[in-house]
Amino acid sequence: MQGNCIVIGASHAAAQLAPSLRQEGWEGRIIIIGDEPHAPYHRPPLSKTFLSGEKTLEQLLIRPLAAYDKIDAEFMLGRRVEKIDRAQKTVLLDNGETLDYEKLALCTGSRPRQIPLPGVDLKGVHYLRTVADIEGIRGDLDTSKGPAKVVIIGGGYIGLETAAALNKLGVEVTVLEMMDRILQRVTAPVISEFYHRVHSEAGVNIQTGIGVDAILGENQVHSVQCSNGETLDADVVIIGAGIVPNIELAEAAGLDIDNGIAVNAYAQTSDPDIVAAGDCSSYPHKLIGSRVRLESVPNATEQAKTAAASICGKQLDNHTHPWFWSDQYDIKLQIAGFNMGYDTVLVRGDESSRSFSVWYFKGDQLLAADCINQAKEFMQAKQLLAKGINPSPGHVRDTDFDLKSLLA
Amino acid sequence: MPLINYIDASGNQFEAEVEVGSNVMQGAIDNMIDGILAECGGACACATCHCYVDQAWQDKMPAIEGAEQDLLEAVVDPKDNSRLSCQLVVTEEMDGLVVHLPASQY
Repeated sequence: MQGNCIVIGASHAAAQLAPSLRQEGWEGRIIIIGDEPHAPYHRPPLSKTFLSGEKTLEQLLIRPLAAYDKIDAEFMLGRRVEKIDRAQKTVLLDNGETLDYEKLALCTGSRPRQIPLPGVDLKGVHYLRTVADIEGIRGDLDTSKGPAKVVIIGGGYIGLETAAALNKLGVEVTVLEMMDRILQRVTAPVISEFYHRVHSEAGVNIQTGIGVDAILGENQVHSVQCSNGETLDADVVIIGAGIVPNIELAEAAGLDIDNGIAVNAYAQTSDPDIVAAGDCSSYPHKLIGSRVRLESVPNATEQAKTAAASICGKQLDNHTHPWFWSDQYDIKLQIAGFNMGYDTVLVRGDESSRSFSVWYFKGDQLLAADCINQAKEFMQAKQLLAKGINPSPGHVRDTDFDLKSLLA
Repeated sequence: MPLINYIDASGNQFEAEVEVGSNVMQGAIDNMIDGILAECGGACACATCHCYVDQAWQDKMPAIEGAEQDLLEAVVDPKDNSRLSCQLVVTEEMDGLVVHLPASQY
């Protein structure tokens, strides 16, 4: 457990991997290389409290720099790794420097999916993944002629959270979703309808079933040409079309790729000296029963702990169900589990209110629950999933029935 | 800076200086104190920063609000002095605060 452990990507996974390595007994150097100028920071608030100005960059940091000093973890920030040489066990940096590694951890994360639209290179067109993206968006909001106008392409969680945060800032927001409903890929229709209503009531213009033909402007964007012939004015266009894993370094190094950098349950790649964790990796998930690539912070953190153990020659099982959250307006959505492959959807509570939950089943088996301002039911769903207990449809629908009694 | 004392389920004690305006969860994360997971990073969304505020300090804590109350009702082994440490914003008056950490956050 000597020598260099190099971590590529100053990400959520890296912020956990470094201290976990020390706890597992790694004695050599730990060097975290990141292409952004910042130490690892919380990304979820970017589209929420950071965009709305409630949180500063300093408050986003997962740990202050002093915490890394304490465990003797080093950073090389504003640097990219160009190449991994597995035979020599080195990485080549963009400044020409070469670093040896004993162990390598790929925490490269993901990046926004680019869409090939005319006009995407205009000033004022942004993706949303980094602090720099948010600073760019805020800088381009033009309030000189009344409220700024923003068109968001993509009605997924990122697009909707961004819409809510901008709405709070007094911006006129339109969300364009190509599919028939927002959140189509990730939730049941009842949740899509709920968020459509909430956003509409807040004054956000949501248009579904509408694509974008082009983004128009000279140097600076001024409007968006929609597939229905309509043109929407815009100072800023934000594209939220999902993310793709950063696999290129791993692929070029000849590591196995399968919808992400393919790792086993212990975060090990096809090279015994290289692990991968977080959004960039896919792994066989015992509880889900298939290989998945999870785009979530809790997953990155848990997988990083497992990866640190593997680097130090130990096996740490990571058998938790995934969970996710989204904050929009006064609504806290918490999702327990992973609804992939569901065939039945049950609603608990009143879906026309601002507090209810939606339960996903495959046959009798509980897969997931979307809980809207229902923190207690979220916790109960998490515990039911953890224990493998499948509540009956009658129990789920009956709000007088205490789900906690099933956990006893 | 206020000094916060964290005592884990085995009785091990850790001290951490935590800035005013930060919170008890962040103090644990910054100082690599195990027992606080903080999966959501302080968004009051996960209840993996559950702690027990020492009885002597309970009345000096901020009030429990909405989501925290709901989450606390469903944590493992809830007690009267259960809190989510991300909601405990540190003040000068909290110098010397003692919190006890649960055996598990799940």
